[in-house]
Amino acid sequence: MSAEEWPLFEVFIRSKSGLHHKHAGSLHAADATMALENARDVYTRRQEGVSIWVVESRHISASDPADSDAFFEPAKDKIYRHPTFYDLPDELKHM
Amino acid sequence: MKTTHLEDNFQQKIDAEERIEPKDWMPETYRKTLIRQISQHAHSEIVGMLPEGNWITRAPTLRRKAALLAKVQDEAGHGLYLYSAAETLGVSRDTLLDELHTGKAKYSSIFNYPTISWADMGAIGWLVDGAAIMNQVPLCRASYGPYARAMVRICKEESFHQRQGFEIMLTLSKGTPVQKAMAQDALNRWWWPSLMMFGPNDAESQHTEQSVRWKIKRFTNDELRQKFVDATVPQAEILGIRIPDPDLKWNEERGHYDFGAINWDEFWQVVKGNGPCNQERMEARVKAHEEGEWVREAAMAYASKQSQKLKEQVA
Repeated sequence: MSAEEWPLFEVFIRSKSGLHHKHAGSLHAADATMALENARDVYTRRQEGVSIWVVESRHISASDPADSDAFFEPAKDKIYRHPTFYDLPDELKHM
Repeated sequence: MKTTHLEDNFQQKIDAEERIEPKDWMPETYRKTLIRQISQHAHSEIVGMLPEGNWITRAPTLRRKAALLAKVQDEAGHGLYLYSAAETLGVSRDTLLDELHTGKAKYSSIFNYPTISWADMGAIGWLVDGAAIMNQVPLCRASYGPYARAMVRICKEESFHQRQGFEIMLTLSKGTPVQKAMAQDALNRWWWPSLMMFGPNDAESQHTEQSVRWKIKRFTNDELRQKFVDATVPQAEILGIRIPDPDLKWNEERGHYDFGAINWDEFWQVVKGNGPCNQERMEARVKAHEEGEWVREAAMAYASKQSQKLKEQVA
């Protein structure tokens, strides 16, 4: 058993130009260079990506699901942020 | 919140087909069941590379060799997706590997059978991967998000595995009488162990009921086994080889094939470590792990030196 486990990295892949990088999964690597190469071999064996980001998992801050009701509460009562909130006449075809 | 209340909430989410994510509250037994199942699945992918790795250097053509190599590489990838999914439940990779190497964790017993001819590469792809796909497709809808997502990726990649196996079987069964006999022999040896892959009969299966309630499993072992038999019989007819079961016949009333009794004594013997290759597989795994130790250490030493250098440059 090795004394020290390789750190965990999260992998994000852009499937083609024009699209966001999207979380694909995670893997262990000794450093970022190795993480990129491993991510290429593990997550893009069938040309699933044109660009890869890796970041050590410990650097990610995440919201707490136990608090998500309170955390996302501010947006709940603001239906006027959606286009369907507004009363417009039927004659108005495109807007 | 009281635990009962949390548990009610949890089951309601599951019933509503909502997914459970790593940081969500979950019952300890749900977590443990998942760690056991996902890691067992990951170990199976990794150990599953061994019987096929045996034939990479002896594949009959370059085309077959490239395909087999790609398949074994996929299995390494699938093992990694699954280990990562298990780790989101709070268990470390080292612990998981330790459990495999000490024999505490199980892997699919099918990989404890030897691959003695090239036709076995065909039979494994066709039957073993076929059975695995039957198991895995419903797991794409498992209630635990990271597991389900890993399974989606795996299922997408796995379909080539079954097709490459079937193609090997087809080539052999359309070949010389000797080649056809090889295909038949491989089917004879792999048929029953493939049926055992679905696990004990429902009445004997200790985990099924709870796993179905938690939507980790969507079908019982016997349901999946029946689906597999129904799908595979017509494929054997296309190949023109005979499934080694005198009791196998279409049951008009049930709308399914009836099949003979499985030798569960053999199954439990292999699970307990007495299969033809249990010891060989474990030794190969442990050897690879131990001989890779210095590589892992050297990579860490290099990485820490590099980051030290970077710090000095900045300072």
